[in-house]
Amino acid sequence: MPEPLKFTYDINGENFASAGEASMQIKKELRSLGFAPETIRRVSIAMYEGEINMVIHAGGGVAEVLVCPEKIEITLTDHGPGIPDIDLAMQEGYSTAPDAIRSIGFGAGMGLPNMKKYTDEMIIESEVQKGTKVFMRVDVK
Amino acid sequence: MGTYNHSVLLDIDKCKGCTNCLKRCPTEAIRIRDGHAQINSNRCIDCGECIRICPYKAKKAVSDKLDKIWDYKYKIALPAPSLYGQFDNLDDIDYLLQGLLDYGFDEVFEVARAAEIVSGYTRRYMNMPGIVKPVISSACPVVSRLIALRYPFLIDNIMPLKPPVDVAAQLAREGAMAAHPELKREDIGICFISPCPAKVSYLKSEREQGHGDVDCIISASDIYFAIVNKMERKQATVPVSKTGMIGVGWAASGGEATALFNDKYLAADGIENVIKVLDNIDNGTLPNLEFVELDACTGGCVGGVMNVANAFIAKARLQSIRRYLPVSQNWDFFSKQEDKGVPNSFYSQETLKYQPEDSLSGNMDEAFRKRAAIQEIADRLPQLDCGSCGAPTCMAFAEDIVKGQATEEECIVKMRDKIQQLLKGENYDSK
Repeated sequence: MPEPLKFTYDINGENFASAGEASMQIKKELRSLGFAPETIRRVSIAMYEGEINMVIHAGGGVAEVLVCPEKIEITLTDHGPGIPDIDLAMQEGYSTAPDAIRSIGFGAGMGLPNMKKYTDEMIIESEVQKGTKVFMRVDVK
Repeated sequence: MGTYNHSVLLDIDKCKGCTNCLKRCPTEAIRIRDGHAQINSNRCIDCGECIRICPYKAKKAVSDKLDKIWDYKYKIALPAPSLYGQFDNLDDIDYLLQGLLDYGFDEVFEVARAAEIVSGYTRRYMNMPGIVKPVISSACPVVSRLIALRYPFLIDNIMPLKPPVDVAAQLAREGAMAAHPELKREDIGICFISPCPAKVSYLKSEREQGHGDVDCIISASDIYFAIVNKMERKQATVPVSKTGMIGVGWAASGGEATALFNDKYLAADGIENVIKVLDNIDNGTLPNLEFVELDACTGGCVGGVMNVANAFIAKARLQSIRRYLPVSQNWDFFSKQEDKGVPNSFYSQETLKYQPEDSLSGNMDEAFRKRAAIQEIADRLPQLDCGSCGAPTCMAFAEDIVKGQATEEECIVKMRDKIQQLLKGENYDSK
């Protein structure tokens, strides 16, 4: 068993145009490591949605990705406003994104549901005014 | 597909080993080794960026020699729509078509005409149930190849119909065989006049796989210089252009997409922009789009490196040519048809396969170990991405070291630091 690989990305909260870059980077890494397209897709979509969320709601944060041959674990940490009601936030179509964000096609309330849909496990820990930590695991099938 | 035939080649004598192409290549396919550039054919997508940037004209787009056309008894020219934009004050396409005939071609079949037929079939294809959207145009071979290398999930989005050049070749051959039953297949030479090396590679690979009707591929600039001074610009006698606005429009970015009469489209040009759009589609962030037209060259096919004219000047000329043309001159091709589908012979025979370009190893454990080793080396490198070592970035250099294709001593920045340390040591000793 090889040592897991760890990749860390700073998600810049000030530049909306750069959101999605970490997801692109990890996609490239997984491709070069020889993961199947299906796995790469699940990881990159979950990661992309998480990145966008951190930029829209939390002013950025850090994404850590632990890559093992049998699973990929993503931990997204931010110091944003936190999520007061996680169950409500998980509902499809529920969104607190401002109009300006919606007007460019984001904030449809599908971010968290998509992240859950494409991963095998998702744990959200959040404290209002302190920040949010999202852990996601994608198993290699 | 095996190894892809490339049409971007290097003239070693002219190459100075500078880093211009190295930094420009969108797939990091170039390395400088032993003082000159090398192209990794597994990664090259024939986009022509290195040809555009090379200050020493050491990169060349290769095609068949113009003389090859004389090998055939019956020569049919297939001018790409972008050729129409190469000539100054060309207010009638027929002048150019007549020029091709005067040069020695026996017949001309406009690719622009085939493009109008492809547009018609694409409109039908777009209405078929169950197709994957957004449909991505298959006309630019650079884009299809890039998708095969990097975007396995977008392979099903690629339009499965033949691009105009293949349709033109097919119809030209059928027409010639019917009109001249005395001709054998090998007597007919179908010569595509290409704006870019990517089309050359695409058609060569097709020929190698035993399908496709194009026999020789001539560069637009060779044809330009062969006929520009001989074109009499008199009214054509035999060929009358069978192209409307749609066909000519294919030469520039957006032309293929607007011909679908569906406003839910996106058209992007320039390889960097194309990559960004593909990333967005891959991430699922382009909702509500039906069709995506992507052209690797800035401006569309008029921007191809085998052309003579500046892409934007060519585009402006095409606008004036298009102005007095009907929308299409090929409606009759469809009006006779009973069936409203797409015939099998218009579907592409090529099936794209995912071929990841940057795989570290076929064995995952090995790939993991290599990746860890790359990181360890990369952390020691200056991260200036200067290119002096011959790799485009420090990360790519680290990868080359792990693959055994380079050694860490080749980093000039590290060497400079080493020399300075040695000098300091000497100074200390002499005190």
